[in-house]
Amino acid sequence: MALDNIAFNDEGYMTDPNVWNKEIAVELAKKEGIELTDAHWKVIEFCRESAKDSGKAPTLRQITKGVGITTKELFGLFPKGPAKKVAKIAGLGKPEGCV
Amino acid sequence: MADENRKIAFICSKGDLDMAYPALIMSWAALGNGIDVTIFFTFWGLDLVNKKRVDKLELAPVANTSFKLSMMGLPTGNLGIPNVMGALPGMTAFASWFMKKKMDELEVPPVREYIEMLHDAGAHLYGCKMTVDMFDMKEEDFLDELDGIVTAGDFMDMTEGAQIIFI
Repeated sequence: MALDNIAFNDEGYMTDPNVWNKEIAVELAKKEGIELTDAHWKVIEFCRESAKDSGKAPTLRQITKGVGITTKELFGLFPKGPAKKVAKIAGLGKPEGCV
Repeated sequence: MADENRKIAFICSKGDLDMAYPALIMSWAALGNGIDVTIFFTFWGLDLVNKKRVDKLELAPVANTSFKLSMMGLPTGNLGIPNVMGALPGMTAFASWFMKKKMDELEVPPVREYIEMLHDAGAHLYGCKMTVDMFDMKEEDFLDELDGIVTAGDFMDMTEGAQIIFI
């Protein structure tokens, strides 16, 4: 299993973003009830890149602006709480910004 | 998840630029965390969804005890802006411009864009019928994102079980 030996904190975020890989993302997404498509991967890859530069998970608005998708599309891809879901699946911590 | 059905409702009663943002920011955070959001705009709060007013919200420096010169980066500690200065022509416009500039630097969107984001993220937005009647306003005065004009009683029905926050 891709998730064996992966450490998570109390809130369910991976504690070490560096051990993240695509198989892990697929499993984490399943846990959130999401089957990953190309559109999901675009968002996840943007988050990984953005976190590499800043060390922080991007906020929702940074994601919509950065990926070039609408708020509706983002909430459609990751329904019921995209801020948490995207960060979890991308193996990052909780987003620190408010917008 | 334990918080799956958590619901939050905001009552926005103020139309000042600074009082517009708390509900917008918290609603966005709530939606991002999977919490249902309903916002009821009443009295001056209707300015946030009024087509003619939404881009012109202001922050008045007069009678605002929190307004300090140090906010503009001056090393003046707790020194306030005297009300008599705040009352000079152009001071409200200046304060409003200044706050918008600071918000923009933090990548906080303007109110109109915020309302659109909240609507697209699934928030339910309603105007207060009594206020609309009192000020002779019409449905077409409001942004398309407003879901409708409802009574206080309707709002109560819609927010059963929600945590209600008055601003």
